[in-house]
Amino acid sequence: MSTVIQPTRPAAMPLRFATPIGGVAGTSFKPEHLPAILEAGPRRGFFEVHAENYMGAGGPPHRALEAIRRDHPLSLHGVCMSIGGPRPLDKAHLARFRGLVARYQPALVSEHLAWSTHETNFFNDLLPLPYTEATLACVCDHIDQVQEAIRRPLLLENPSTYVAFRESSMRETEFIRAIAERTGCGLLLDVNNVFISATNQGYSALDYLADLPLSHVQEIHLAGHAEQADDEGYLLLIDSHDGPVADAVWKLYEIVIRRRGAVPTLVEWDSKIPDWPVLQAEALAAQAILDRHQSTAMAGERHAA
Amino acid sequence: MPPEPGLSYAAAFAPALLDPTRRTPAIVTGPNGKAAGRRYDVYRNNVTLSLIDALAAVYPAVQRITGAEFFRAMARFHVRSNPPTSPLLFEYGRDFPEFIAAYEHAQDMPFLADVARIERAWLDCYHARDAVPLPADRLSAVTSDRLANLTFVPHPATRCLRSQYAAVTIFAANRDGAPLLRIDASTPEDALITRPEFDVTVRRLPPGGAVFADGLISGRPLGEAAASALAAAPEFDIAANIAGLIEAGAFISLACGDPS
Repeated sequence: MSTVIQPTRPAAMPLRFATPIGGVAGTSFKPEHLPAILEAGPRRGFFEVHAENYMGAGGPPHRALEAIRRDHPLSLHGVCMSIGGPRPLDKAHLARFRGLVARYQPALVSEHLAWSTHETNFFNDLLPLPYTEATLACVCDHIDQVQEAIRRPLLLENPSTYVAFRESSMRETEFIRAIAERTGCGLLLDVNNVFISATNQGYSALDYLADLPLSHVQEIHLAGHAEQADDEGYLLLIDSHDGPVADAVWKLYEIVIRRRGAVPTLVEWDSKIPDWPVLQAEALAAQAILDRHQSTAMAGERHAA
Repeated sequence: MPPEPGLSYAAAFAPALLDPTRRTPAIVTGPNGKAAGRRYDVYRNNVTLSLIDALAAVYPAVQRITGAEFFRAMARFHVRSNPPTSPLLFEYGRDFPEFIAAYEHAQDMPFLADVARIERAWLDCYHARDAVPLPADRLSAVTSDRLANLTFVPHPATRCLRSQYAAVTIFAANRDGAPLLRIDASTPEDALITRPEFDVTVRRLPPGGAVFADGLISGRPLGEAAASALAAAPEFDIAANIAGLIEAGAFISLACGDPS
């Protein structure tokens, strides 16, 4: 005979905000900000987390995310799915991603047009890909698999890039438009990435935005960048996420919102993280622009109807 | 498996990321035929520095002991020779303690690898599955004739490590940012690492305590584990040790396995 004494686990809390989050500004969630956020109480806004940081089995990360999710909408942002890589998706990683979507019921779910794993090595960076018919088919296949797993549309983020590929046969905007049309995925428009890539690749950010199917954009990212020089000594912008959003990026952002209407907007800050009020002030600046254009979205919808 | 036609870019792009002796891949370029050397170096830099940062996040006490410059030089060698294989960076660096033990320039810090082992176990404990620890009064409900055959189920977060050096004291002194006192590194110390709720706790185990804890964690009956501990350390105190393990949250349940 054997007597096993084992306590039971408490029941999970029901979650609110299963619905979309409208024209609201949010910020990256950083665990060091948790006490300040909880002390301030529920407020307008949302939080975005990198999915991989919450793929552990248990412990403090999940307690923090549960606390945030109880009172705020959540955006789940994957960084390591390697959707832009030539190899098959990592099934175990996809299962973990699906598990987080099911557990936390985020309002937004996104990933990158990039790759980070090759063979067995994980490089922890968002690496670029050539834009060709072959890579387009591969990326679309990967997005189909992700959307099938999570049973909802994924938002795909445009990359910041430092090099071009000789074999590319399409513009990035053409490539992204084709992905959205073939897979039905939405777009996460990173305005800072547009500004960085346009500077680094020598094209016009406004032309890029005019070429992108803005009606597919369902989330916007803003972030700070850093400046370096390329081989010829010309300006090379680095997607550093370590400071305030640049003035030029704010201007581009307002142009996008004026045309697209108020879309949920996230201010990212991942390095040299400031105190919570500094990050919150960046989100409030985005919210002020969104609020100026809330009526544009509704007028646009009426017009479309 | 060779890549499909048109999908060889990753195989061409990846090898030079962690190998500074390789040239910029020929498949990339700057705009309008400009050079891509410094452009590709942005990726090299991001990969290398972010992985060094990842090791620094797992091993903050090791970095405090060695200083940032020493740590980052050591970590750079490790990142280049042993890049991560999982996209979960909190899993990275399991082989770093072995690397430290063999690292030529760390030979005058023989305790350093054991401090690293505690830090690696600390992070595993931090991310381990949640479970409610065994309540302290459960043991007193067991009749004395069944004690020797009692077995325990460890909490998923529980870890036990042994060191020939004062690894626990050195770890603790360098994790909390307190002013450093002189520590006699040559005193052997064993560590019990637990997370009964959400706070990871690192305790020093008394003589024989690690033999005892390892026995119970691996499922051996209480009587057997205590006999091994007594053989290792004649002063071993069974009542204090079992109470200490339960109070630390090392177990989630117990089973009274009768010999019949």
